[in-house]
Amino acid sequence: MSDLTRLSAAALAEALTSGEVSSVEATQAHLDRIAAVDGPVHAFLHVSSDEALATARGVDEARAKGESLHPLAGVPIAVKDVVVTRGLPTTAGSRILEGWIPPYDATLVTKIKAARLPILGKTNMDEFAMGSSTEHSGYGNTHNPWDLDRIPGGSGGGSAAAVAAYEAPLAIGTDTGGSIRQPAAVTGTVGVKPTYGSVSRYGLIALASSLDQAGPVTRTVLDAALLHELIAGHDPHDSTSLTDPVGDYVAQARRGLAGDVAGMRVGVVKELSGEGYQPGVLARFEESLELLRQAGAEIVEVSCPHFEYALAAYYLILPAEASSNLAKFDGMRYGLRVEPTEGPVTAERVMAATRGQGFGDEVKRRIILGTYALSAGYYDAYYGSAQKVRTLIQRDFAAAFEEADVLVSPTAPTTAFKLGEKLDDPLAMYLNDVATIPANLAGVPGMSVPSGLCEDGLPAGFQVIAPARQDARLYRVGAAVEALLEARWGGPILTKAPELEASK
Amino acid sequence: MSTPWRDEVARVAGLARIDLKPDELDRLAGELEVIVQSVARVSEVATPDVPATSHPLPLTNVFRADEPETPLDRDEVLAMAPAQEDGKFLVPQILGEDA
Amino acid sequence: MSDTLVDYDDAVARYDTVFGIEVHVELGTRTKMFDAAEQGFGADPNTQVTPVSLGLPGALPAVNGTAVEYAIRIGLALNCTIAESCRFARKNYFYPDVPKNFQTSQYDEPIAHDGWVDVELEDGTVFRVDIERAHMEEDAGKNTHVGGATGRIHGAIYSLVDYNRAGVPLVEIVTRPVTGAGERAPEVARAYVQTLRDMFRALEVSEARMERGNVRADVNVSLRPSSDSPLGTRTETKNVNSFRSIERAVRYEISRQAAVLDAGGQIVQETRHWHEDTGHTTSGRIKSDAEDYRYFPEPDLVPIVPDRAWIEEIRANLPELPAARRRRLQADWGYADPEMRDVVNAGAVELIELTVAAGSSPAAARKWWMGELARTAKERGVELEELPVTPQQIGALQALVDDGRLTDKLARQVLEGVLAGEGDPEAVVAARGLEVVSDDGPLLAAIDQALAAQPDVVAKIQGGNLGPVGAIIGAVMKATRGQADAARVRELVLERVQS
Repeated sequence: MSDLTRLSAAALAEALTSGEVSSVEATQAHLDRIAAVDGPVHAFLHVSSDEALATARGVDEARAKGESLHPLAGVPIAVKDVVVTRGLPTTAGSRILEGWIPPYDATLVTKIKAARLPILGKTNMDEFAMGSSTEHSGYGNTHNPWDLDRIPGGSGGGSAAAVAAYEAPLAIGTDTGGSIRQPAAVTGTVGVKPTYGSVSRYGLIALASSLDQAGPVTRTVLDAALLHELIAGHDPHDSTSLTDPVGDYVAQARRGLAGDVAGMRVGVVKELSGEGYQPGVLARFEESLELLRQAGAEIVEVSCPHFEYALAAYYLILPAEASSNLAKFDGMRYGLRVEPTEGPVTAERVMAATRGQGFGDEVKRRIILGTYALSAGYYDAYYGSAQKVRTLIQRDFAAAFEEADVLVSPTAPTTAFKLGEKLDDPLAMYLNDVATIPANLAGVPGMSVPSGLCEDGLPAGFQVIAPARQDARLYRVGAAVEALLEARWGGPILTKAPELEASK
Repeated sequence: MSTPWRDEVARVAGLARIDLKPDELDRLAGELEVIVQSVARVSEVATPDVPATSHPLPLTNVFRADEPETPLDRDEVLAMAPAQEDGKFLVPQILGEDA
Repeated sequence: MSDTLVDYDDAVARYDTVFGIEVHVELGTRTKMFDAAEQGFGADPNTQVTPVSLGLPGALPAVNGTAVEYAIRIGLALNCTIAESCRFARKNYFYPDVPKNFQTSQYDEPIAHDGWVDVELEDGTVFRVDIERAHMEEDAGKNTHVGGATGRIHGAIYSLVDYNRAGVPLVEIVTRPVTGAGERAPEVARAYVQTLRDMFRALEVSEARMERGNVRADVNVSLRPSSDSPLGTRTETKNVNSFRSIERAVRYEISRQAAVLDAGGQIVQETRHWHEDTGHTTSGRIKSDAEDYRYFPEPDLVPIVPDRAWIEEIRANLPELPAARRRRLQADWGYADPEMRDVVNAGAVELIELTVAAGSSPAAARKWWMGELARTAKERGVELEELPVTPQQIGALQALVDDGRLTDKLARQVLEGVLAGEGDPEAVVAARGLEVVSDDGPLLAAIDQALAAQPDVVAKIQGGNLGPVGAIIGAVMKATRGQADAARVRELVLERVQS
């Protein structure tokens, strides 16, 4: 077989099932690819070769014995470093957790292990998932495989870059305000933020509890559906986990791949375009929309007037919850401990010194903002008001979904920008997530699929948003967009990416 | 130099237990001012008649059965601690409670 | 620094006392409030922990449904309204024994609010205490301070933290300001906590053992010139953990605050610490605006909307509460008010109930527990229930008396044996050979011997003078080591002499 790393997860799973390829071969191929290209890309913070190959060997043996296996058994996967993995270093991109080896697994990792997917390693990210460029990692930048001088998006730049650079067919991301979808958009990959509660949050190092959701990072919509079905489902360890049965995402993706979107009402969100959006991004969006129309979808315009307040509400709710969630990193029980350079060594002063040294700039910025927003006298004006805006945004969504089955927009306003370009302007950086944030505030599911290359030769994303619990619709529409565009392009968008130089 | 925003950042950093260097205080003071002014616009539409939403999906009464699970392995947990003694986490002296 | 104190009677004559109490009770559930770690006294440090107990990254809370039910039981027993809907909030503060650096608690939406409880004082006076709220929260871990000369925090070089207790379910019960207790405020405070302790046990929500810290009290005290003055500044004395200390701490604060006010000073709103050994309080943290807990609704937990049918089911199944039980038992036993009060104050209600269940009459049971046993307990300086004798043994002992196999005097000797660990009454009777001599044979022999030794007595009796019979009985009792039934001996002596 030719290069195993170029196969989709679905194709690789078929090859494994048929016995054409072994999991050890597939896993080794990806480990080799990581060794070859991850130096310049730096998608991984930790590569777990031994553990991955051990899992792969186990799968091959089980298959040889004729044991029944999960369809994705033996297909390697990369996991964002914000997800707790027993026995594998987990840092959430922060120096404050350097060297921490968790004594337990996140629920989604338990599911991955039970289905026997070899875990290739942990992917880079903005520290504690705060950022849109992965430049806030405590362990160096990840580089966009399309152009190594550019950002891979964030916070899940590592997972997106790993998949885009064929270092893994599947990856896990987390999305608090766009951290799965925006990196997918700027790396030409697929990313899904499921309905809040679809995937257990137990074992995700919390950023903002009421916004966080884990989801698939892949190269195809079908792969995302396969992975979503694996990691979804009720978990009693997460009180906000939904008890709904897992949807038929794979079946819906296949339906979309066959071009079946006739009669679907696709709502274009008026407020998520126009000023601030790169012309190429808007052009690719319009083309995708036109293809859907030609395939029989009904295109309608919807208005969500309160979305203009979403960014402000988000940058109050997230920092407030994060300031509390990140209080546990104090150097008392695990992770970094720093003693003050002068004065008495008390617990209080050690905590402050540890947090002062262990947290990066963006984390400090948001903790300060969140602490401020919650502090006495400010709660009602800031946090309280932001929670009300959340209600208004939910109402906007409810009204829009009266008129449309799914909503669509460009995923991110621009293509990947240059590393360092927005680092000194937090507000400009925050604007990257302007189109993805509303879905998190309302808990509804969203997907980004590649919409094509822009005037700068870089990929853009097409975002699909569905009502809560209707994740299946994302897969139908997303797969249709993917199939229609690929038919036009003559293949997946990533085949147009420049080949990375192997550093062997 | 003391400014209202710099003092505010210093106060909040105390609450959040983060040591900030003088240049960090200066920078954060400027940033906090700009960001707060920007996000303050939420109050434009947050009228008294609008209820607050704290959870994206409205669930209630999620209870766990009162049944124990296997505890963590103490050695595994303490191995990750910065300091330990006698099966306990060793922390620096705690001030401020007793007289 | 020692405080200036005003004589207590003088202080309460010139100032009106207002107090409030916050009681924390650890619930006796199997697992913790928000995680499935087993809880219970005496385990090795850090062995009752899950990722949630330790606040490990990624861990999430999940509410223990049994703890919620217990909280509702407490709320109902306190005549509270159970909230239509309530939720948890995060109280943010940094402390090494709080693993997440926030405590998950209920803030503006407690599960139960606006209730009351009647508190009976030792003399039978009933005082009603209004309850503001009862809410659920979690306990913190335990710090051991190492290296300090006093074992206190100051002077310690470092501390060791055990998180077994972190996350144990607590219900905090907060009174409204208690007014009108006057000079009896310390007594009311004590009786209130005692009433709650008894209630927790009756409700089977906690073992409620003060010495293990299952029940802990914080006491607020303020003084004002008269009952129509506005409330004065209060102090909060933390962790007063025995009934006696509660009474003493309130008393101390009244005398201390009166002295400050007398001197024209102002009471500082502060936390104070109670020192059991010396019986005084000292200043702790000064409460200020710096104490900013940044409460916000706990996003990891969803609201609790107790189903009304569930509440009614819990209400219907509430065990009988101590006050109602006391009324019922008093009627059943036929005790007079003062008798019952003594029994209650001696902590003997349950002991007597079990003794009666073991077959004793209520009167006899009371006689034992409030007589011989109360004396013994007092001598030994222990509580009645701590004596090494069970109500079943007392019931068996009384049965021997009722059957005529023991005289009262013999019974006391048997009890002595039981208390000395010699076994059940039957065993003591057998081992010590203490049974009443009911066979006339040995008695007649002893009588004949006594009569022969005192021939003049026989003549006197035969002459109609029954006075000296006592001397013969005494001699017989002596000869039988007290095992004779004196009445029977008398009968036999008269028969012998007059025949």
